[in-house]
Amino acid sequence: MASKPLFSEEISNLLYAAHGSPINSCIQCGTCSGTCPVANYMDQTPRRLIGMINADLKEDILDCNTYWFCASCYHCTVRCPADIDIAGVMYAVKRYSIWNKTYSEELVGPQFSEAFVKTIVRTGRSYEPILAPTYMFHFGPKDFFQEAVTATKMMLKGRIPVLPPRIKRLDNFKNMIKKIIPLGESS
Amino acid sequence: MKKFAYFPGCSLEKMASSYHKSALETTKAYDIELQELDDWNCCGATTYFHVDQLLAHTLVARNLALAEKERLDLVAPCSACYKNAFFTNKVLKDDPDLAEHINFALEEDDLQFNGEIDVHHLIEIFANEVGPDMLKKKIKNPLKGLNIAAYYGCQIVRPRKNGEEIENPQYFEDIISAMGAEPTYFPERLRCCGGSLIMTSREAALDMVRILLQSAEKNGAHVIATACPLCQVNLECYQEQVNEEFGTDFKMPILYFTQLLGLALGLSPKKLGIGIELVSATPVFSKLLPKEAN
Repeated sequence: MASKPLFSEEISNLLYAAHGSPINSCIQCGTCSGTCPVANYMDQTPRRLIGMINADLKEDILDCNTYWFCASCYHCTVRCPADIDIAGVMYAVKRYSIWNKTYSEELVGPQFSEAFVKTIVRTGRSYEPILAPTYMFHFGPKDFFQEAVTATKMMLKGRIPVLPPRIKRLDNFKNMIKKIIPLGESS
Repeated sequence: MKKFAYFPGCSLEKMASSYHKSALETTKAYDIELQELDDWNCCGATTYFHVDQLLAHTLVARNLALAEKERLDLVAPCSACYKNAFFTNKVLKDDPDLAEHINFALEEDDLQFNGEIDVHHLIEIFANEVGPDMLKKKIKNPLKGLNIAAYYGCQIVRPRKNGEEIENPQYFEDIISAMGAEPTYFPERLRCCGGSLIMTSREAALDMVRILLQSAEKNGAHVIATACPLCQVNLECYQEQVNEEFGTDFKMPILYFTQLLGLALGLSPKKLGIGIELVSATPVFSKLLPKEAN
C-alpha cells in the first residue's frame, strides 16, 4: 500500500525553487527567532515552527499564526547558519494553508492575499480601494476609524486612485493565466 | 545617454507618484533615460507567492519578457517589484525547464523569456551606474546642515543577490554624502518596516514603524530617506496612527532619496512631487543652511 507523505515532506515539496538547504538540516540554534522583527507577535517563533515541521506536528502548525505574520524581510534567511531559506518555508506553509483552507477566520493575511490575486487576475494591476474591505472589517471601531482617517487624508492628497487601473492586452493576459492555472468561467 | 526599461509598479501610479516624478527628473539630470514598459502588469508583491509559485513566476516573467523585447535591462524603483523581478529572472535563467513551461503561457501575449537582460533597483543605478563621484559633480545646492537617515529596509538588500555586503551596506550613505548632507547613524536601517503587515497584522506593523522612527529621531535625523514606496507609506502615512497608539509625538518627514537628490540638484520641490505628504516636509527646508554659508 502506498504510504501517505509526512507533513514535513509535503512542506518540502512546496519549496520548489527555494534554493536553500532542506528543512531537516535545522540545528535549532534560534538565530532566526532572534533576528525576526515580528517574533514577539507570533504564536510560535520561527525556530519552533521549523522544529514543529520536522516533528510533523501538522495540526499545531496549521493552528498557529506564525507564517501569516512573516513580513518577508528575509533577515532569517540570510543569517541562517544551516542555509535554510526560512522565509521561503513561511511562504510554503502559507500556500499549504490557503490551498487546504486551514487558516483561522481571524487572520487577515490569507484573505487579503486571495483578494489581491483575484484583482490582478481580473485587471492586471493592483487597486487599493478594492482590497480595503478585506482587512478593515476585521478592525475594532477605533482602528477602523483611524484607518478611515488615514485613507481620507491620502485621498485628499491625490494618493489613492479613483478608478481601477487595468492593462491594455487583458484578454491575452487572462489566456496566459489560464495556461498556468485553470480558472472557472465565472472568474 | 544610457537607457533602461522602467517598471514603475502599481504604487508609483498614485500612492507614490512623488517617487515616480522624482525618479524621472533625477535620472534625466544624469543623462539616464527610463523608458516605461508598455502594458506592464502588477509584480504581485508578496501575495502571488502566498497563493501559487508558478503563477507568481509567470506574472513576473511577463514584465521581464516585455523588457527583453526592447533589449533593455529592467529598472524597478520599488523594493518588492525589484526583488520579484530579480529572483524570477535568476530562477528562470537557472531552470530552462521552468522557463519553457512559462514561455508556453507567455505565447498568449506573443512574448518570450530568454534570460537576456539584468534587473536593477533604481538606487543601484545611482550607486553603481552613476557612482558617487559623478553624483557629486552635478550637485548645485549641497544639502549642508541636513541629517538624513538612510533607510534601506529589506528587499533591496535581502535575500542576497550575489556576493554583496548585506549586513553592513554603505552605498545609500554614500549617496547621502554626495548630496552634501550628513548620513545619520541609524542602527535600525536594515530592519523591516512591516510591509503589508500594516494591513494584515496592524498591531505588529505599527510597533515596527515605531521602532524605526524612534531610532532615527534619537540619533538626530531630520528626515528619513527611503527607496521603496511601501516603506515610505508605512513610515509616513501611518506615523499619526503610531503616535495615537503609543502616545508618541513623531513628526519625522519621510522622503524618497530621489526627492532629496533632486533638491540637491537644484530642482523645484514641485517637480519632485513634494507637497503631497501627510507629515509635512517643511522641517527639511528649515534645517538647510543658507547657500552663502556653504
